[in-house]
Amino acid sequence: MLRKGIITVILIGFAVMLLQLFLSFNGNEDLNTTALHYAENGIEEVGAANLVTSVVVTYRGLDTLGEVTILFLTAAIIGLFLKLTREEKSEKREVRPTSEILQTAMKVLVPVIFLFGIYVFINGHLTPGGGFQGGAIIASGILLMFLADPNRKISHGLIAVIESISGISFVIIGILGIVLAGGFLDNHILPLGKFGTLLSAGAVPLIYIFVGLKVGSELSNIIYYLNQTQKEKK
Amino acid sequence: MTTVILTIILGVMVLAMAIIAIVHKKTITAILAAGAVSLFASILYLVLAAPDVAMTEAAIGSGLSTVIFFYVLNKIRQDA
Amino acid sequence: MKFLSPEYISMAAGFLVILIGIWGILANKNLIRMIIGFSLFDTGIHIVMVAISYLKDRTAPIIDETINTQEIAKQITDPVPQALVLTAIVIGLGVTALMLVYAMKLHKEKKSLDITKFNDLKW
Repeated sequence: MLRKGIITVILIGFAVMLLQLFLSFNGNEDLNTTALHYAENGIEEVGAANLVTSVVVTYRGLDTLGEVTILFLTAAIIGLFLKLTREEKSEKREVRPTSEILQTAMKVLVPVIFLFGIYVFINGHLTPGGGFQGGAIIASGILLMFLADPNRKISHGLIAVIESISGISFVIIGILGIVLAGGFLDNHILPLGKFGTLLSAGAVPLIYIFVGLKVGSELSNIIYYLNQTQKEKK
Repeated sequence: MTTVILTIILGVMVLAMAIIAIVHKKTITAILAAGAVSLFASILYLVLAAPDVAMTEAAIGSGLSTVIFFYVLNKIRQDA
Repeated sequence: MKFLSPEYISMAAGFLVILIGIWGILANKNLIRMIIGFSLFDTGIHIVMVAISYLKDRTAPIIDETINTQEIAKQITDPVPQALVLTAIVIGLGVTALMLVYAMKLHKEKKSLDITKFNDLKW
């Protein structure tokens, strides 16, 4: 009873606070100063058609680096927690056999899903999408592989190598920005090219490809470890 | 006007799914309802002119995170 | 009627989802149900932030042939909150997965998900 009373009081407190926020929001008529700068100078300064991409990769590129680091840390901690001991690894896992439809569909769909994920992050500067979305789509492909065959072996070393190489390349591109252009993660280390084509916007597509590979391999890593823990109930 | 009606429908669906996710007795239904919250929210983002966010939410919020919930729930049931 | 526009409606929905999430965190004793509450809380905050970025009768911040390049600032919605939400969703997945794995480990040790049974640090 006391517990329910306390919960009600806390909820009413939060409700009053959020209602204040809601009533004080006056709706925007125009872009604020920061967004106005990005909208007016985005094309000359970055050259990417998707302004969200230019904010994520160049203007707020450092945030993205920190974000990828957080994702790396969570994936590493999950790996530490779920690592199997040697006995658990050697014992044969009993899993329910999956259906014929799922296995056949997996063979047809997984290459298409991978291709779509790669398309999404290569075209991140032109169309909606980018490294995070593409990486998530690739991880969904890996997930489909594990759903069709839980005992499937994928090369864990390869995932780790892709992950570290793309992480290091991301930082190296950032440092090259200091050496060759205006500052950390500046995209002018490559020519800007013609606006709206695939090879435009300087280093933006390159950075987004590395972000995509890194996010994809980290999410795949989480799924790989979680899949290892599954067993058929005795 | 159509945008307003669409937003109202999507907002009501989001709220209904969120309430199901909290009050339903079966954890499996609650997890699926939490995935549905993300799915309806991603359509809402599309209506609010944010296609990038909509894509991310659809792929991550309603796809991968639901599956991670199910993996963990299954493992907990095996151990029990 | 000021409140009958998409940004106000979706912002109200977002705030209500935040409240439902807090309710779920506080009212449940099962760890998995609490984590569902946290993930609803996340989604609510994302809806509010995207609602802030919305501007009436404007299109997404992607420049193509339909946008007049002379007056971009008058035709697109705000890209900054969208970029922030983009990263927030991915971090949200990582944090949710981490919470779930902690819950799994706790269950392995204690054979229970009920938080009232975890009283090692209680005094």
